[in-house]
Amino acid sequence: MKYMLLIYNNPAVYQSWPEEERRTLFADVDAIMTELRQSGELVGAMALADQSLSKTVRVRDGATTATDGPFAEAKEQFAGYLAIDCETPERAVEIAARWPDARYFAMEVRPVMHDSGADL
Amino acid sequence: MAPQVLGTLIRRYGSFDECEDAVQEALLAAAVQWPVEGVPASPRSWLVTVAARRLIDQWRSDEARRNREITAAGDIPAASPAADHGDVACRDDTLSLLFLCCHPVLSETSQIALTLRAVGGLTTAQIARAFLVPEPTMAQRITRAKRRLKASGARLTLEAQQPAERLPAVLHVLYLIFNEGYTASSGPSLGDSELTGEAIRLTRVVHALLPDDGEVAGLLALMLLTDARHAARTSRDGALIPLAEQDRGMWDPEAIRHGTELVTRALATAPIGPYQLEAAIAAVHDEAARAQDTDWRQILALYRVLERIKPSSVVRLNLAVAAAMVHGPMAGLDLLSSVDADGRIAGYHRVAAVRGHLLEMAGEHDAARASYLLAARRTTSLPEQRYLESRAARCHARS
Repeated sequence: MKYMLLIYNNPAVYQSWPEEERRTLFADVDAIMTELRQSGELVGAMALADQSLSKTVRVRDGATTATDGPFAEAKEQFAGYLAIDCETPERAVEIAARWPDARYFAMEVRPVMHDSGADL
Repeated sequence: MAPQVLGTLIRRYGSFDECEDAVQEALLAAAVQWPVEGVPASPRSWLVTVAARRLIDQWRSDEARRNREITAAGDIPAASPAADHGDVACRDDTLSLLFLCCHPVLSETSQIALTLRAVGGLTTAQIARAFLVPEPTMAQRITRAKRRLKASGARLTLEAQQPAERLPAVLHVLYLIFNEGYTASSGPSLGDSELTGEAIRLTRVVHALLPDDGEVAGLLALMLLTDARHAARTSRDGALIPLAEQDRGMWDPEAIRHGTELVTRALATAPIGPYQLEAAIAAVHDEAARAQDTDWRQILALYRVLERIKPSSVVRLNLAVAAAMVHGPMAGLDLLSSVDADGRIAGYHRVAAVRGHLLEMAGEHDAARASYLLAARRTTSLPEQRYLESRAARCHARS
Protein backbone atom coordinates (compact mmCIF):
# COMPACT_ATOMS: atom_id res chain seq x y z
CA MET A 1 0.00 0.00 0.00
CA LYS A 2 1.22 3.44 -0.84
CA TYR A 3 1.36 6.23 1.72
CA MET A 4 2.44 9.82 1.69
CA LEU A 5 4.25 10.84 4.86
CA LEU A 6 3.74 14.60 5.12
CA ILE A 7 6.50 16.38 7.01
CA TYR A 8 5.59 19.39 9.16
CA ASN A 9 8.18 21.54 10.91
CA ASN A 10 9.31 25.05 11.72
CA PRO A 11 12.60 25.91 10.01
CA ALA A 12 13.29 28.77 12.46
CA VAL A 13 13.53 26.27 15.32
CA TYR A 14 16.13 24.15 13.55
CA GLN A 15 18.06 27.28 12.55
CA SER A 16 18.45 28.15 16.20
CA TRP A 17 20.09 24.79 17.01
CA PRO A 18 23.86 24.33 17.48
CA GLU A 19 25.68 22.80 14.48
CA GLU A 20 26.27 19.49 16.29
CA GLU A 21 22.56 18.85 16.85
CA ARG A 22 21.69 19.80 13.32
CA ARG A 23 24.27 17.33 12.05
CA THR A 24 22.63 14.55 14.09
CA LEU A 25 19.28 15.48 12.57
CA PHE A 26 20.61 15.16 9.01
CA ALA A 27 22.33 11.87 9.88
CA ASP A 28 18.98 10.47 11.12
CA VAL A 29 17.35 11.49 7.84
CA ASP A 30 20.16 9.88 5.80
CA ALA A 31 19.89 6.64 7.78
CA ILE A 32 16.14 6.29 7.15
CA MET A 33 16.46 7.19 3.47
CA THR A 34 19.16 4.54 3.03
CA GLU A 35 17.06 1.96 4.82
CA LEU A 36 13.97 2.73 2.69
CA ARG A 37 16.03 2.56 -0.51
CA GLN A 38 17.47 -0.81 0.46
CA SER A 39 14.16 -2.26 1.59
CA GLY A 40 12.49 -1.40 -1.72
CA GLU A 41 9.86 0.75 0.04
CA LEU A 42 10.84 4.20 -1.24
CA VAL A 43 8.66 5.60 -4.01
CA GLY A 44 9.84 9.21 -3.82
CA ALA A 45 10.73 12.07 -1.52
CA MET A 46 11.00 15.82 -1.84
CA ALA A 47 11.88 18.65 0.49
CA LEU A 48 10.25 22.01 -0.11
CA ALA A 49 12.18 25.28 -0.40
CA ASP A 50 11.43 28.01 2.11
CA GLN A 51 7.88 29.29 2.07
CA SER A 52 9.13 32.82 1.29
CA LEU A 53 10.00 31.51 -2.19
CA SER A 54 6.41 30.36 -2.80
CA LYS A 55 3.90 32.01 -5.03
CA THR A 56 0.20 31.73 -4.41
CA VAL A 57 -1.77 31.57 -7.63
CA ARG A 58 -5.48 32.38 -8.00
CA VAL A 59 -7.73 32.69 -11.02
CA ARG A 60 -10.82 34.86 -10.57
CA ASP A 61 -13.13 35.84 -13.41
CA GLY A 62 -10.51 34.57 -15.85
CA ALA A 63 -7.77 36.81 -14.41
CA THR A 64 -4.66 35.22 -12.90
CA THR A 65 -2.90 36.74 -9.90
CA ALA A 66 0.33 35.37 -8.45
CA THR A 67 1.39 36.81 -5.11
CA ASP A 68 4.52 36.05 -3.07
CA GLY A 69 4.10 33.96 0.03
CA PRO A 70 2.20 32.88 2.04
CA PHE A 71 4.31 34.30 4.85
CA ALA A 72 2.36 32.36 7.39
CA GLU A 73 2.97 32.86 11.05
CA ALA A 74 2.12 29.19 11.61
CA LYS A 75 4.27 27.34 14.10
CA GLU A 76 4.31 24.31 11.81
CA GLN A 77 4.38 24.40 8.05
CA PHE A 78 4.42 21.79 5.31
CA ALA A 79 8.10 21.07 4.62
CA GLY A 80 8.17 18.06 2.30
CA TYR A 81 7.06 14.50 1.85
CA LEU A 82 8.12 10.88 1.64
CA ALA A 83 6.16 8.56 -0.63
CA ILE A 84 6.47 4.93 0.43
CA ASP A 85 5.04 1.59 -0.63
CA CYS A 86 4.95 -0.74 2.37
CA GLU A 87 3.19 -3.89 3.52
CA THR A 88 1.04 -2.55 6.39
CA PRO A 89 -0.34 0.71 7.80
CA GLU A 90 1.62 -0.08 10.99
CA ARG A 91 4.87 -0.03 9.04
CA ALA A 92 3.99 3.40 7.59
CA VAL A 93 3.44 4.75 11.12
CA GLU A 94 6.72 3.17 12.27
CA ILE A 95 8.65 4.94 9.50
CA ALA A 96 6.94 8.26 10.28
CA ALA A 97 7.77 7.89 13.97
CA ARG A 98 11.46 7.53 13.16
CA TRP A 99 11.62 10.62 10.97
CA PRO A 100 13.18 13.32 13.21
CA ASP A 101 10.45 15.91 12.62
CA ALA A 102 8.03 13.57 14.42
CA ARG A 103 10.02 14.19 17.64
CA TYR A 104 9.83 17.98 17.47
CA PHE A 105 6.81 18.69 15.27
CA ALA A 106 4.52 16.19 13.50
CA MET A 107 4.25 13.79 10.61
CA GLU A 108 0.99 13.01 8.85
CA VAL A 109 0.54 9.52 7.41
CA ARG A 110 -1.99 9.60 4.60
CA PRO A 111 -3.03 6.76 2.24
CA VAL A 112 -2.62 7.59 -1.44
CA MET A 113 -5.52 7.19 -3.88
CA HIS A 114 -5.02 4.66 -6.63
CA ASP A 115 -6.49 4.03 -10.05
CA SER A 116 -7.71 0.49 -9.48
CA GLY A 117 -11.37 -0.30 -9.09
CA ALA A 118 -12.89 -3.63 -8.08
CA ASP A 119 -15.92 -5.03 -9.88
CA LEU A 120 -19.18 -3.47 -8.77
CA MET B 1 11.87 -21.93 -21.83
CA ALA B 2 14.01 -19.46 -19.83
CA PRO B 3 12.33 -20.29 -16.48
CA GLN B 4 12.99 -24.01 -17.02
CA VAL B 5 16.63 -23.32 -17.83
CA LEU B 6 16.90 -21.08 -14.78
CA GLY B 7 15.17 -23.71 -12.64
CA THR B 8 17.58 -26.42 -13.81
CA LEU B 9 20.60 -24.24 -13.13
CA ILE B 10 19.49 -23.12 -9.68
CA ARG B 11 18.73 -26.73 -8.75
CA ARG B 12 22.27 -27.73 -9.72
CA TYR B 13 24.31 -24.75 -8.63
CA GLY B 14 22.14 -23.02 -6.09
CA SER B 15 22.87 -19.33 -6.54
CA PHE B 16 19.84 -17.41 -7.80
CA ASP B 17 21.64 -14.22 -8.88
CA GLU B 18 24.57 -15.85 -10.62
CA CYS B 19 22.36 -18.39 -12.37
CA GLU B 20 20.06 -15.63 -13.60
CA ASP B 21 23.00 -13.70 -15.06
CA ALA B 22 24.30 -16.87 -16.72
CA VAL B 23 20.89 -17.58 -18.30
CA GLN B 24 20.73 -14.00 -19.61
CA GLU B 25 24.14 -14.47 -21.23
CA ALA B 26 23.13 -17.82 -22.70
CA LEU B 27 19.99 -16.21 -24.20
CA LEU B 28 22.15 -13.46 -25.69
CA ALA B 29 24.51 -16.06 -27.15
CA ALA B 30 21.49 -17.89 -28.61
CA ALA B 31 20.21 -14.67 -30.19
CA VAL B 32 23.57 -14.28 -31.92
CA GLN B 33 24.33 -17.89 -32.85
CA TRP B 34 20.99 -19.51 -33.69
CA PRO B 35 20.09 -17.30 -36.65
CA VAL B 36 23.51 -18.11 -38.17
CA GLU B 37 24.09 -21.73 -37.16
CA GLY B 38 20.50 -22.87 -36.93
CA VAL B 39 18.44 -23.77 -33.85
CA PRO B 40 20.01 -26.72 -31.99
CA ALA B 41 18.14 -30.04 -31.74
CA SER B 42 17.43 -29.43 -28.08
CA PRO B 43 17.38 -25.67 -27.43
CA ARG B 44 16.83 -26.20 -23.73
CA SER B 45 19.91 -28.33 -23.13
CA TRP B 46 21.93 -26.01 -25.35
CA LEU B 47 20.93 -23.08 -23.13
CA VAL B 48 21.56 -25.07 -19.93
CA THR B 49 25.02 -26.08 -21.18
CA VAL B 50 26.03 -22.60 -22.27
CA ALA B 51 24.66 -21.01 -19.10
CA ALA B 52 26.45 -23.59 -16.93
CA ARG B 53 29.72 -22.89 -18.75
CA ARG B 54 29.29 -19.15 -18.23
CA LEU B 55 28.61 -19.77 -14.59
CA ILE B 56 31.70 -21.87 -14.16
CA ASP B 57 33.89 -19.48 -16.16
CA GLN B 58 32.64 -16.76 -13.88
CA TRP B 59 33.55 -18.76 -10.80
CA ARG B 60 36.98 -19.63 -12.22
CA SER B 61 37.81 -16.04 -13.01
CA ASP B 62 36.64 -14.85 -9.66
CA GLU B 63 39.55 -15.06 -7.25
CA ALA B 64 37.35 -14.95 -4.18
CA ARG B 65 35.26 -17.89 -5.31
CA ARG B 66 38.13 -20.06 -6.52
CA ASN B 67 37.48 -22.79 -4.00
CA ARG B 68 33.85 -23.26 -5.04
CA GLU B 69 34.48 -24.29 -8.65
CA ILE B 70 35.84 -27.72 -7.79
CA THR B 71 32.57 -29.36 -6.91
CA ALA B 72 30.64 -27.68 -9.71
CA ALA B 73 33.09 -28.17 -12.59
CA GLY B 74 32.59 -31.90 -12.89
CA ASP B 75 28.91 -31.41 -13.50
CA ILE B 76 28.76 -29.75 -16.94
CA PRO B 77 26.30 -31.52 -19.22
CA ALA B 78 27.18 -32.38 -22.79
CA ALA B 79 25.46 -30.32 -25.48
CA SER B 80 23.33 -33.13 -26.83
CA PRO B 81 19.69 -34.10 -26.55
CA ALA B 82 20.85 -37.03 -24.43
CA ALA B 83 21.70 -34.57 -21.71
CA ASP B 84 18.15 -33.30 -21.64
CA HIS B 85 16.25 -34.31 -18.55
CA GLY B 86 13.09 -34.95 -20.51
CA ASP B 87 9.62 -33.74 -19.79
CA VAL B 88 9.37 -34.78 -16.16
CA ALA B 89 12.53 -32.96 -15.08
CA CYS B 90 11.52 -29.95 -17.14
CA ARG B 91 8.09 -29.89 -15.52
CA ASP B 92 9.56 -30.24 -12.06
CA ASP B 93 12.06 -27.44 -12.68
CA THR B 94 9.34 -24.93 -13.63
CA LEU B 95 7.17 -25.91 -10.67
CA SER B 96 10.09 -25.86 -8.22
CA LEU B 97 11.08 -22.40 -9.39
CA LEU B 98 7.50 -21.20 -8.89
CA PHE B 99 7.38 -22.73 -5.41
CA LEU B 100 10.73 -21.15 -4.56
CA CYS B 101 9.51 -17.71 -5.68
CA CYS B 102 6.42 -18.09 -3.46
CA HIS B 103 8.42 -19.34 -0.49
CA PRO B 104 6.83 -18.50 2.88
CA VAL B 105 9.94 -16.63 4.12
CA LEU B 106 9.13 -13.92 1.55
CA SER B 107 6.54 -11.18 1.93
CA GLU B 108 3.62 -11.18 -0.49
CA THR B 109 5.00 -8.26 -2.52
CA SER B 110 8.37 -9.99 -2.79
CA GLN B 111 6.72 -13.23 -3.90
CA ILE B 112 4.86 -11.36 -6.63
CA ALA B 113 7.94 -9.48 -7.83
CA LEU B 114 10.16 -12.56 -7.87
CA THR B 115 7.55 -14.72 -9.63
CA LEU B 116 7.10 -12.13 -12.40
CA ARG B 117 10.87 -11.71 -12.75
CA ALA B 118 12.09 -15.32 -12.56
CA VAL B 119 9.13 -17.37 -13.83
CA GLY B 120 7.36 -14.79 -15.98
CA GLY B 121 10.58 -13.39 -17.40
CA LEU B 122 9.32 -9.77 -17.17
CA THR B 123 12.01 -7.12 -16.89
CA THR B 124 12.45 -5.22 -13.64
CA ALA B 125 11.38 -2.06 -15.50
CA GLN B 126 8.10 -3.69 -16.61
CA ILE B 127 7.32 -4.92 -13.11
CA ALA B 128 8.15 -1.51 -11.62
CA ARG B 129 5.83 0.18 -14.13
CA ALA B 130 3.00 -2.24 -13.38
CA PHE B 131 3.22 -1.53 -9.64
CA LEU B 132 3.87 2.21 -10.06
CA VAL B 133 7.17 2.31 -8.20
CA PRO B 134 10.56 3.52 -9.47
CA GLU B 135 12.73 0.87 -11.12
CA PRO B 136 15.53 0.98 -8.48
CA THR B 137 12.90 0.35 -5.80
CA MET B 138 11.64 -2.76 -7.59
CA ALA B 139 15.22 -3.91 -8.33
CA GLN B 140 16.01 -3.61 -4.64
CA ARG B 141 12.91 -5.60 -3.70
CA ILE B 142 13.92 -8.42 -6.02
CA THR B 143 17.52 -8.41 -4.79
CA ARG B 144 16.39 -8.55 -1.18
CA ALA B 145 13.98 -11.39 -1.91
CA LYS B 146 16.78 -13.44 -3.46
CA ARG B 147 19.08 -12.68 -0.54
CA ARG B 148 16.42 -13.72 1.92
CA LEU B 149 15.86 -17.00 0.07
CA LYS B 150 19.57 -17.67 0.16
CA ALA B 151 19.82 -16.86 3.86
CA SER B 152 16.87 -19.10 4.66
CA GLY B 153 18.65 -22.00 2.96
CA ALA B 154 15.55 -22.71 0.84
CA ARG B 155 16.34 -25.52 -1.57
CA LEU B 156 15.16 -25.88 -5.09
CA THR B 157 13.93 -29.41 -5.32
CA LEU B 158 10.30 -30.27 -5.76
CA GLU B 159 10.38 -32.60 -2.74
CA ALA B 160 11.86 -29.82 -0.59
CA GLN B 161 9.01 -27.51 -1.63
CA GLN B 162 6.19 -29.80 -0.36
CA PRO B 163 3.91 -29.15 -3.34
CA ALA B 164 0.58 -30.00 -1.74
CA GLU B 165 1.16 -27.70 1.21
CA ARG B 166 2.59 -24.84 -0.80
CA LEU B 167 0.35 -24.85 -3.86
CA PRO B 168 -2.23 -22.52 -2.24
CA ALA B 169 0.48 -19.84 -1.77
CA VAL B 170 1.45 -20.11 -5.44
CA LEU B 171 -2.20 -19.83 -6.54
CA HIS B 172 -2.70 -16.85 -4.24
CA VAL B 173 0.27 -15.04 -5.80
CA LEU B 174 -1.04 -15.76 -9.31
CA TYR B 175 -4.48 -14.49 -8.24
CA LEU B 176 -2.95 -11.28 -6.83
CA ILE B 177 -1.02 -10.67 -10.05
CA PHE B 178 -4.21 -11.14 -12.06
CA ASN B 179 -6.18 -8.83 -9.79
CA GLU B 180 -3.53 -6.13 -9.87
CA GLY B 181 -3.82 -6.04 -13.65
CA TYR B 182 -7.57 -6.53 -13.86
CA THR B 183 -8.60 -3.82 -11.40
CA ALA B 184 -6.26 -1.24 -12.92
CA SER B 185 -8.29 1.41 -14.69
CA SER B 186 -8.30 0.56 -18.35
CA GLY B 187 -8.39 4.16 -19.49
CA PRO B 188 -6.28 5.10 -22.48
CA SER B 189 -3.34 6.04 -20.24
CA LEU B 190 -2.92 2.63 -18.63
CA GLY B 191 -2.10 -0.58 -20.44
CA ASP B 192 -2.06 -3.11 -17.64
CA SER B 193 -3.46 -6.01 -19.57
CA GLU B 194 0.08 -7.39 -19.56
CA LEU B 195 -0.31 -8.34 -15.89
CA THR B 196 -3.63 -10.14 -16.40
CA GLY B 197 -2.21 -11.81 -19.50
CA GLU B 198 0.89 -12.84 -17.60
CA ALA B 199 -1.15 -14.25 -14.69
CA ILE B 200 -3.34 -16.24 -17.08
CA ARG B 201 -0.28 -17.51 -18.96
CA LEU B 202 1.44 -18.68 -15.74
CA THR B 203 -1.74 -20.28 -14.43
CA ARG B 204 -2.12 -22.11 -17.75
CA VAL B 205 1.42 -23.44 -17.27
CA VAL B 206 0.59 -24.69 -13.77
CA HIS B 207 -2.67 -26.17 -15.05
CA ALA B 208 -0.79 -28.01 -17.82
CA LEU B 209 1.63 -29.36 -15.20
CA LEU B 210 -1.09 -30.33 -12.70
CA PRO B 211 -4.14 -30.99 -14.92
CA ASP B 212 -6.03 -32.94 -12.22
CA ASP B 213 -5.86 -30.26 -9.54
CA GLY B 214 -9.35 -28.77 -9.21
CA GLU B 215 -8.23 -25.51 -7.61
CA VAL B 216 -5.66 -24.80 -10.33
CA ALA B 217 -8.37 -25.38 -12.94
CA GLY B 218 -10.78 -23.30 -10.83
CA LEU B 219 -8.36 -20.37 -10.63
CA LEU B 220 -7.70 -20.48 -14.38
CA ALA B 221 -11.46 -20.58 -15.01
CA LEU B 222 -12.04 -17.69 -12.59
CA MET B 223 -9.41 -15.58 -14.41
CA LEU B 224 -10.87 -16.36 -17.84
CA LEU B 225 -14.48 -15.74 -16.77
CA THR B 226 -13.54 -12.46 -15.08
CA ASP B 227 -11.23 -11.21 -17.80
CA ALA B 228 -13.97 -11.98 -20.36
CA ARG B 229 -15.82 -8.88 -19.06
CA HIS B 230 -12.78 -6.63 -19.16
CA ALA B 231 -13.71 -4.58 -22.24
CA ALA B 232 -17.15 -3.79 -20.81
CA ARG B 233 -16.19 -2.80 -17.24
CA THR B 234 -15.10 0.77 -17.95
CA SER B 235 -16.53 3.49 -20.13
CA ARG B 236 -14.48 5.32 -22.73
CA ASP B 237 -13.56 8.00 -20.21
CA GLY B 238 -12.39 5.47 -17.61
CA ALA B 239 -15.49 5.44 -15.36
CA LEU B 240 -16.39 2.06 -13.80
CA ILE B 241 -19.54 0.40 -15.14
CA PRO B 242 -21.29 -1.97 -12.69
CA LEU B 243 -21.97 -5.52 -13.85
CA ALA B 244 -25.72 -4.89 -14.17
CA GLU B 245 -25.18 -2.01 -16.61
CA GLN B 246 -22.43 -3.49 -18.77
CA ASP B 247 -22.90 -4.03 -22.52
CA ARG B 248 -22.82 -7.82 -22.51
CA GLY B 249 -22.20 -7.86 -26.24
CA MET B 250 -18.68 -6.73 -25.40
CA TRP B 251 -17.97 -9.80 -23.27
CA ASP B 252 -15.59 -12.35 -24.76
CA PRO B 253 -17.68 -15.47 -25.58
CA GLU B 254 -14.62 -17.64 -26.26
CA ALA B 255 -13.11 -16.94 -22.81
CA ILE B 256 -16.53 -17.58 -21.20
CA ARG B 257 -16.92 -20.90 -23.02
CA HIS B 258 -13.42 -22.05 -22.07
CA GLY B 259 -13.74 -20.90 -18.45
CA THR B 260 -17.15 -22.54 -18.04
CA GLU B 261 -15.85 -25.83 -19.45
CA LEU B 262 -12.86 -25.78 -17.12
CA VAL B 263 -14.87 -25.14 -13.97
CA THR B 264 -17.62 -27.58 -14.92
CA ARG B 265 -15.08 -30.37 -15.32
CA ALA B 266 -13.21 -29.43 -12.13
CA LEU B 267 -16.41 -29.40 -10.06
CA ALA B 268 -17.35 -32.82 -11.44
CA THR B 269 -13.99 -34.50 -10.90
CA ALA B 270 -12.02 -32.81 -8.11
CA PRO B 271 -12.65 -31.99 -4.44
CA ILE B 272 -14.52 -28.68 -4.20
CA GLY B 273 -12.53 -25.54 -3.35
CA PRO B 274 -12.92 -21.74 -3.12
CA TYR B 275 -11.49 -20.92 -6.56
CA GLN B 276 -13.87 -23.39 -8.20
CA LEU B 277 -16.81 -21.82 -6.36
CA GLU B 278 -15.81 -18.29 -7.30
CA ALA B 279 -15.37 -19.42 -10.89
CA ALA B 280 -18.80 -21.06 -10.82
CA ILE B 281 -20.33 -17.79 -9.56
CA ALA B 282 -18.54 -15.86 -12.33
CA ALA B 283 -19.87 -18.41 -14.85
CA VAL B 284 -23.48 -17.88 -13.66
CA HIS B 285 -23.07 -14.12 -14.14
CA ASP B 286 -21.47 -14.61 -17.54
CA GLU B 287 -24.15 -16.93 -18.90
CA ALA B 288 -26.99 -14.43 -18.37
CA ALA B 289 -27.82 -12.68 -21.63
CA ARG B 290 -29.30 -9.74 -19.70
CA ALA B 291 -28.66 -8.65 -16.09
CA GLN B 292 -32.28 -9.43 -15.19
CA ASP B 293 -31.80 -13.03 -16.42
CA THR B 294 -29.09 -13.67 -13.79
CA ASP B 295 -29.77 -16.82 -11.79
CA TRP B 296 -29.38 -15.20 -8.35
CA ARG B 297 -30.77 -18.30 -6.55
CA GLN B 298 -27.85 -20.31 -7.83
CA ILE B 299 -25.39 -17.53 -6.95
CA LEU B 300 -26.84 -17.34 -3.44
CA ALA B 301 -26.48 -21.12 -3.02
CA LEU B 302 -22.87 -20.99 -4.24
CA TYR B 303 -21.99 -18.15 -1.83
CA ARG B 304 -23.54 -20.16 1.03
CA VAL B 305 -21.20 -23.07 0.22
CA LEU B 306 -18.27 -20.66 -0.12
CA GLU B 307 -19.09 -19.12 3.25
CA ARG B 308 -19.02 -22.58 4.79
CA ILE B 309 -15.67 -23.69 3.35
CA LYS B 310 -13.84 -20.34 3.36
CA PRO B 311 -15.69 -17.70 5.38
CA SER B 312 -14.58 -14.08 4.98
CA SER B 313 -16.11 -10.63 5.30
CA VAL B 314 -15.97 -10.19 1.53
CA VAL B 315 -17.94 -13.41 1.01
CA ARG B 316 -20.55 -12.28 3.55
CA LEU B 317 -20.93 -8.95 1.76
CA ASN B 318 -21.51 -10.74 -1.53
CA LEU B 319 -23.89 -13.10 0.21
CA ALA B 320 -25.89 -10.08 1.41
CA VAL B 321 -26.16 -8.77 -2.16
CA ALA B 322 -27.25 -12.17 -3.50
CA ALA B 323 -29.81 -12.54 -0.68
CA ALA B 324 -31.21 -9.10 -1.53
CA MET B 325 -31.55 -10.07 -5.19
CA VAL B 326 -33.46 -13.25 -4.29
CA HIS B 327 -35.44 -12.29 -1.17
CA GLY B 328 -35.54 -8.49 -1.41
CA PRO B 329 -33.39 -5.68 0.05
CA MET B 330 -34.46 -6.21 3.68
CA ALA B 331 -33.00 -9.74 3.67
CA GLY B 332 -29.71 -8.28 2.41
CA LEU B 333 -29.69 -5.49 4.98
CA ASP B 334 -30.30 -8.03 7.77
CA LEU B 335 -27.24 -10.01 6.69
CA LEU B 336 -25.25 -6.80 6.42
CA SER B 337 -25.85 -5.92 10.06
CA SER B 338 -24.00 -9.12 11.01
CA VAL B 339 -21.05 -8.04 8.85
CA ASP B 340 -21.14 -4.67 10.60
CA ALA B 341 -20.80 -6.33 13.97
CA ASP B 342 -17.61 -7.96 12.77
CA GLY B 343 -14.77 -5.69 13.92
CA ARG B 344 -12.37 -6.72 11.19
CA ILE B 345 -14.39 -5.09 8.45
CA ALA B 346 -16.21 -2.30 10.29
CA GLY B 347 -15.35 0.97 8.59
CA TYR B 348 -14.34 -0.83 5.46
CA HIS B 349 -15.79 1.27 2.67
CA ARG B 350 -17.36 -1.68 0.91
CA VAL B 351 -19.88 -2.27 3.71
CA ALA B 352 -21.12 1.29 3.29
CA ALA B 353 -21.19 0.92 -0.50
CA VAL B 354 -23.27 -2.27 -0.31
CA ARG B 355 -25.58 -0.73 2.29
CA GLY B 356 -26.10 2.23 -0.03
CA HIS B 357 -26.96 -0.12 -2.86
CA LEU B 358 -29.46 -2.12 -0.76
CA LEU B 359 -31.08 1.03 0.67
CA GLU B 360 -31.44 2.38 -2.86
CA MET B 361 -33.16 -0.89 -3.85
CA ALA B 362 -35.50 -0.43 -0.89
CA GLY B 363 -36.36 3.09 -2.08
CA GLU B 364 -34.69 4.75 0.94
CA HIS B 365 -32.96 7.39 -1.14
CA ASP B 366 -31.79 9.72 1.65
CA ALA B 367 -30.24 6.92 3.69
CA ALA B 368 -28.76 5.40 0.53
CA ARG B 369 -27.15 8.71 -0.36
CA ALA B 370 -25.58 9.02 3.10
CA SER B 371 -24.15 5.50 2.84
CA TYR B 372 -22.74 6.13 -0.64
CA LEU B 373 -21.09 9.36 0.51
CA LEU B 374 -19.59 7.63 3.54
CA ALA B 375 -18.19 4.91 1.27
CA ALA B 376 -16.83 7.56 -1.12
CA ARG B 377 -14.92 9.21 1.71
CA ARG B 378 -13.49 5.90 2.92
CA THR B 379 -12.28 4.40 -0.35
CA THR B 380 -8.74 4.90 -1.67
CA SER B 381 -9.78 4.03 -5.23
CA LEU B 382 -10.36 7.01 -7.52
CA PRO B 383 -12.69 5.19 -9.97
CA GLU B 384 -14.74 3.75 -7.09
CA GLN B 385 -14.97 7.16 -5.44
CA ARG B 386 -16.20 8.67 -8.69
CA TYR B 387 -18.80 5.91 -9.07
CA LEU B 388 -20.02 6.20 -5.46
CA GLU B 389 -20.35 9.97 -5.71
CA SER B 390 -22.42 9.73 -8.87
CA ARG B 391 -24.69 7.10 -7.24
CA ALA B 392 -25.12 9.47 -4.30
CA ALA B 393 -26.03 12.32 -6.67
CA ARG B 394 -28.61 10.08 -8.37
CA CYS B 395 -30.22 9.25 -5.01
CA HIS B 396 -30.29 12.93 -4.16
CA ALA B 397 -32.14 13.67 -7.41
CA ARG B 398 -34.76 11.01 -6.54
CA SER B 399 -35.34 11.82 -2.92
